[in-house]
Amino acid sequence: MKRFLEKAVKWLLTASGFVTSAVILLIIGFLFTEGAGLFREHVIEEGYVLALNRENPVKRMNAAQIKAVFDEDVTNWKEIGGPDLPIVTFRLEDADRYFSEEALGKQYENAGALIAGLVADNPGMVAFVPESMIPEGADLNFIEDRTISPGEVFAGAEWFPTATPAPLFGMWPLLAGTLWVSLFAILFALPFGISIAVYMAEVASERVRGFLKPVIELLNGIPSVVYGFFGLIVIVPLLQQVFGLPVGESGLAGSIVLAIMALPTIVTVAEDAMRNCPRSLREASLALGATKWQTVSRVVIPSSMSGIASGVVLGIGRAVGETMAVLMVTGNAAVVPTSILEPLRTIPATIAAELGEAPAGGAHYQSLFLLGVILFFITFFINLCVEFISSRNRAKNR
Amino acid sequence: MKKEQILISIFAAFCMHGQADAQRIKGSDTLLPLTQELAEEYLAGHPDDEIIVTGGGSGVGIAALPENTTDIAMASRRIKFSEKMKFAGLNLDAREVIVAYDALAVVVNPSNPVDSLTREQLEAIFRGKITNWKDVGGEDRKIVVYSRETSSGTYEFFKESVLENKNYMSSILSMPATGAIIQSVRQTKGAIGYIGLAYLNRYVKPLAVSYDGGGHYAYPSVDTAADGSYPIVRPLYYYYDARKEAAVAPFISYALSQEGQQSVLEQGFIPVPRTDGQADGEGEND
Repeated sequence: MKRFLEKAVKWLLTASGFVTSAVILLIIGFLFTEGAGLFREHVIEEGYVLALNRENPVKRMNAAQIKAVFDEDVTNWKEIGGPDLPIVTFRLEDADRYFSEEALGKQYENAGALIAGLVADNPGMVAFVPESMIPEGADLNFIEDRTISPGEVFAGAEWFPTATPAPLFGMWPLLAGTLWVSLFAILFALPFGISIAVYMAEVASERVRGFLKPVIELLNGIPSVVYGFFGLIVIVPLLQQVFGLPVGESGLAGSIVLAIMALPTIVTVAEDAMRNCPRSLREASLALGATKWQTVSRVVIPSSMSGIASGVVLGIGRAVGETMAVLMVTGNAAVVPTSILEPLRTIPATIAAELGEAPAGGAHYQSLFLLGVILFFITFFINLCVEFISSRNRAKNR
Repeated sequence: MKKEQILISIFAAFCMHGQADAQRIKGSDTLLPLTQELAEEYLAGHPDDEIIVTGGGSGVGIAALPENTTDIAMASRRIKFSEKMKFAGLNLDAREVIVAYDALAVVVNPSNPVDSLTREQLEAIFRGKITNWKDVGGEDRKIVVYSRETSSGTYEFFKESVLENKNYMSSILSMPATGAIIQSVRQTKGAIGYIGLAYLNRYVKPLAVSYDGGGHYAYPSVDTAADGSYPIVRPLYYYYDARKEAAVAPFISYALSQEGQQSVLEQGFIPVPRTDGQADGEGEND
């Protein structure tokens, strides 16, 4: 009976381990398949075409050029390799400017033929219309429809996921924003975190430590939205006044909030590492006549370096993945940051803010999953670093 | 024994209650408070029915319609062509009802001396062509432009109406919610942003807007929006599957009734013109 029970428990533990791993792998697989779908999507919004006059030789346009044309930033075809002709753009909403209600028909059944005729008559016109509306055999040129290329996505500098006719999915500003704000967060958190850890492990009396430790761990328990509120109401106006900025929502506000949030992780792990420093090392140092401070700085900190480092790396991981607080204080402007006092946009904030309204299964939706994949790789890399550092530590202590 | 019986009967009652035609309404966060209010009032008159209202965004609501996880989808933008194509592929005939109109107010910090802007000026500001307030008659101060998130219906509508479908500048500050825009405009001197009329409060200053190049300016209010003199007004929609018309019709007709439209007004939205007005409008078109 007892053996049977033991077997059952063993089986149960194995099963739970495998089920959890399988679920995690499934989630990752899901993330990858959804994200990779972006590269099968077309540059021009699904169901639409860009129709040109027969005489216009322009065949290819990338998403950035299409946007510039429809924003009227590019106004002549020769700027994108065509003839010297002014560009006239046409959207469905412009239909009533060119045609009367009667001509279009009650159900707009004549619209397709009218638009095709209009484009055929205007050599410089580019029309953004549904594919289904263009009558068959219309005498028009169409911009070649390509799928979105990885180069445009990973190196693109513009994030306009809802732009029509061609959304832009340049992820570089988001990636740069995430890394930039995390870097500064860790620069702020590191000196504070290490000094608090040293104080708690070496200087503070048992009573002070017994009070400080739960307080610092309490920081971990504050919901990130609350940090965001605090940042938006207190830190943002403060920075605005101190630095005389036109706008307070900036990378700096984000990194300060993130630094506060990463602090407990760094302090707890680093302090544990220092307290685990072998007593024999400490006593040997003191016996050689070293002062307490010399012992701490020359013996305890170097010997627990790998523990401190993994605390720091875990803190970075927390900063990279943080969503809500950053969403509220960084201003979310999708530009590649050149200084920390400018607004910037991070990957998690983008996903959280945009997933709710992105049409399911569309290119925008898939691009958000791809951002998730990038984030996954960043944190994966960070976890590998922790693994590497602590394994080196184990080897050294042996 | 008796206790069990009671429990079972309670459980059974619970199940049966769930089976009663619970209507699920999902979608736009703009319409969420209004729909909740309408649902509460409707249920006061129809205690046997059940209505569950959830938010999530216009896209979520419309995506839930073919998946049959909602009966009515709330949307603060019109259904997109791609979504229509998807519905057509699934043989789903989505009906559209306008329940209310929402006006967007363009707001600035109360210390800003600028009172009015034309559509062209607004377009230039939101597209980054004008970057200093002195170019539109204000102080020498950098303009800080706040916008909603790219996927919000409000963002789309403002882009359609004010920017004439051109894109915002890329360095625009996008905020996750209307409340955040108000907070930021309130504490940033050079700020400009746009919010729903219902959210207008004394911490931000609304601007008068002109769509005819400075001929007529109008301040945003329920009256100016209703009589058409204020130009930035958008319709708010309910979408439903035509096959479920019988189930959803009572609630929708309540929403469009005089009482329903009264709560529309109380919630800070603009009521749909009365039915006779609608008939007139159609007559003009023909």
